[in-house]
Formats: sequence, C-alpha cells, structure tokens
Amino acid sequence: MKCIIIDDEKISRVILKTLCDQTNLNVINEFSNAIEAIKFLNKYEVDLIFLDYHMPSFNGLDFIKTLKKPINIILTTSDPKFAIEAFEYDFIIDYLLKPIEISRFKKSISKVTNKLVSPTDVTKQPKINKAFYINVNKRLVKIEIDSIHVIEASGDYVIIKTEVENYVVHSTLIKINDKLPDNMFIQVHRSYIINTKQIIDIQDNTVLVQKELVPISRSKKSILIQRLDLL
Amino acid sequence: MEKPNLNYINSLAREDDSIKKILIDVIKTEFPEEKQDYYESFSKNDFKKIKDNVHRLKHKISILGLENGYKNANAYEHNLRVNSKDKSEIFDKTLVIISEYLKII
Repeated sequence: MKCIIIDDEKISRVILKTLCDQTNLNVINEFSNAIEAIKFLNKYEVDLIFLDYHMPSFNGLDFIKTLKKPINIILTTSDPKFAIEAFEYDFIIDYLLKPIEISRFKKSISKVTNKLVSPTDVTKQPKINKAFYINVNKRLVKIEIDSIHVIEASGDYVIIKTEVENYVVHSTLIKINDKLPDNMFIQVHRSYIINTKQIIDIQDNTVLVQKELVPISRSKKSILIQRLDLL
Repeated sequence: MEKPNLNYINSLAREDDSIKKILIDVIKTEFPEEKQDYYESFSKNDFKKIKDNVHRLKHKISILGLENGYKNANAYEHNLRVNSKDKSEIFDKTLVIISEYLKII
C-alpha cells in the first residue's frame, strides 16, 4: 500500500513512518506542508494519506477540499472534535489521536485494507488498463500493456521496450508504474520494471525477460520469487 | 510535579535502539525551536501564533508522558482561543521541566 504523510511536525512524521515500517506500509513521500503534497498528488497516485488536521495557514480540512478525487485518508490530530468535522467526507477512513498508540494504528490500517479489498468499491479495483498512450515526436502512440517486456529508467527519460519496438519517453518509472497492473509488472531494480509474464529465466542477480538481461536488486529478489508460480 | 518519561518512545521503538535514538534526537532538535517560537509569539501577544505553538508543544508533552502537563496545555490552548493567557505560568513550568529532562537523556 503506497502512503504519504502530511504533518508540519517532524516528530509526528517520524512516528508515523516508524509505525508504517512496522506494518509493512510503503511510505513513498512525506511533507511538512499540504501545498507540497497537493503538487505531488497531481503527479502520482497513492493508496492512503496520513493527514495532520492541525497545520498552520493551510490545515487538513483545507487540503481535503482541494482534492480532485477521493483518496483514503487517516486524519491525525490532538483534538478529536476537529476530526469529527472532517467525517462528512466518506473517504476519511479514521482518525488517530496523538500520540498515536500502536494498537490503534493497526486497527486503522485494517479499516483501510478492508476498504481496498471490498468488491463494492469500484474506484479501488485492481488496474485493468489494457493500453496507454505515449507522446513520441508529437504523435500519440498506443502501447499495448501486454506487449511491454521491460521499462528502463535513463536520466529524465524511460525506455519502454516492447516486442516490436523501443520507445523513449520523457517520464519517470513511478509515473509509468501507476499505469501498469500490479499483478503483471514488478520493479526489480531502481532503474527497471519488468513484465513477469515475459520472464524466461532468473539466474543469480539477473532476470532474462525475452532477450533483455535485467539486474535484480538484492531486496527485490525475494519479492520477485514470491510472485512467480514455482513448482 | 510529574516527571517526563520515555515509555511511549520505548513502546514505539520496540527495543530497537536506533529508532529510539532517532525519536529522541528529533525531540531534542524540535523542542527548543518550538519553545523559542512560542516565547517569541508570547512576547508579541500574537494569540494565533501562541496557540499554534502551544499546540505543537502539547504533542511533545504527551509523547514524554506528562499527563497533567498535557491537560494544562489543553486548557491553556483553549484559553488562548479567547485571547486569554491564563495557565501560561504552569505551561512555562512544564517547558522548563522538559528542557531539563532533554539535557540528561
């Protein structure tokens, strides 16, 4: 689950990060003010936001009002009466009173997990995109997701390697990853995302994806192995 | 007068000394800055900023297990909303206690 933390107090961010690490939640960024978080959310998708209600100048409620689409939020606050005001938004999953107790934190995360796996929640169904479009020399080119073998980061660009052609696009791996189904693609290295359906073999710290030999980070290898259908 | 403690930090760190150190270091850095901000806003009678600073300090007070200090800070914050500094003296005492404690941990 990809999360971000928004809180003006560093100690609150460190406490939340600690709790997330202990619960295997992936904190992809943290912000000391809500404006920076809004800029980030205009570019990237997240599953959950830990949002401090009480922040100077631009508080949690102001932030919620600017959201263009619903995102699961857990409010953090020292004042429960302020949190109640925000509960009119149905994407506020819960609120946590500071200092956050570990057991209470876990309970909140369970609520989010239950919501994410709920079949009635259409907005949180797994990604089922079959294709997306990229801009190549002012031409929009359709990329069939099935046809992608490897995506490689290269400076400010990414190279999308498909069965027919390689495309160089001005983008980031994080952005591209958001368009890909989680059950088919995995980031095996800071510079590589691979299509697990196209894997030929894995040896030591490399994986052969069709004709492309891709390095695997030590930390990603066990995750990759878990995803494969081993006999 | 009650004394600060590290019960909450210890429970969070789960015997991981590196996490415990990170948490304590952040408090040692943030607390004096927030305390200074608080006194500056107090001297300027800027009630909005005093209230914001008390709110931030209140969290540190609770992290360090000062239950009465937290209750007093809550009451003080409430008074500041109506531009009253009532309970500022007891709040100051809590800040002094924490300052002394942070020197020895």
